[in-house]
Amino acid sequence: MSAAELPLWLVIIVGALAIAGALLTLIGCLGLVRLNSFYDRIHAPTLGTSLGSGLIILASIVFFTVTGQRPSVHEMLIFLFVTLTTPVTLMLLARAALYRDRVENPEALGHRPVAVAVKPAAD
Amino acid sequence: MSAQILFWMLTIAQVLLALAMAAAAYRIIKGPRAQDRIVSLDALYVNAMLVLVIFGIKTGTTVYYEVALIVGLLGFVGTVALAKFLMRGEVIE
Repeated sequence: MSAAELPLWLVIIVGALAIAGALLTLIGCLGLVRLNSFYDRIHAPTLGTSLGSGLIILASIVFFTVTGQRPSVHEMLIFLFVTLTTPVTLMLLARAALYRDRVENPEALGHRPVAVAVKPAAD
Repeated sequence: MSAQILFWMLTIAQVLLALAMAAAAYRIIKGPRAQDRIVSLDALYVNAMLVLVIFGIKTGTTVYYEVALIVGLLGFVGTVALAKFLMRGEVIE
């Protein structure tokens, strides 16, 4: 592939998709900095893992499909993997944080302290 | 000419992702509790993976794609292990 003969429309599309994805990811990570509690912050980076990575990987697919002159969909594997694993990890993490907050500082949950039930797992 | 435009657009995207990584790193350093740090670490590896995908577009090779896939795989395993550690205090029971 000679880089000098890229058509202009391809350049515009790939660049715009990549910048849009990167911008969305940046907004999600700024949410990590700005939001106040952990339960707010856990929502923020999903902006980058869903639409942000989707757009960047779409840019990669478009670029390699046009320059390689054959369908290039193996990047879809990354997107599929990220989409499948992010909810799993964040749910595990939220459950762990909830467990810790119930034990250690129930005020962070906005509950009355009497509602605390410390129940160790049966193991 | 168009290759130049593509190079600079992708560089801008990489700078934006680097800023996102800096934001996540700020939360890792500052984060009041361990779960904040783990969420930020998760965001950090996803951003690193996206930077590698853009490096792949920039160079026109598919080597970076495989690196990105491995980063995604190992990052998932790491985050799950850390969440499990927060839950129980040990990773393998």
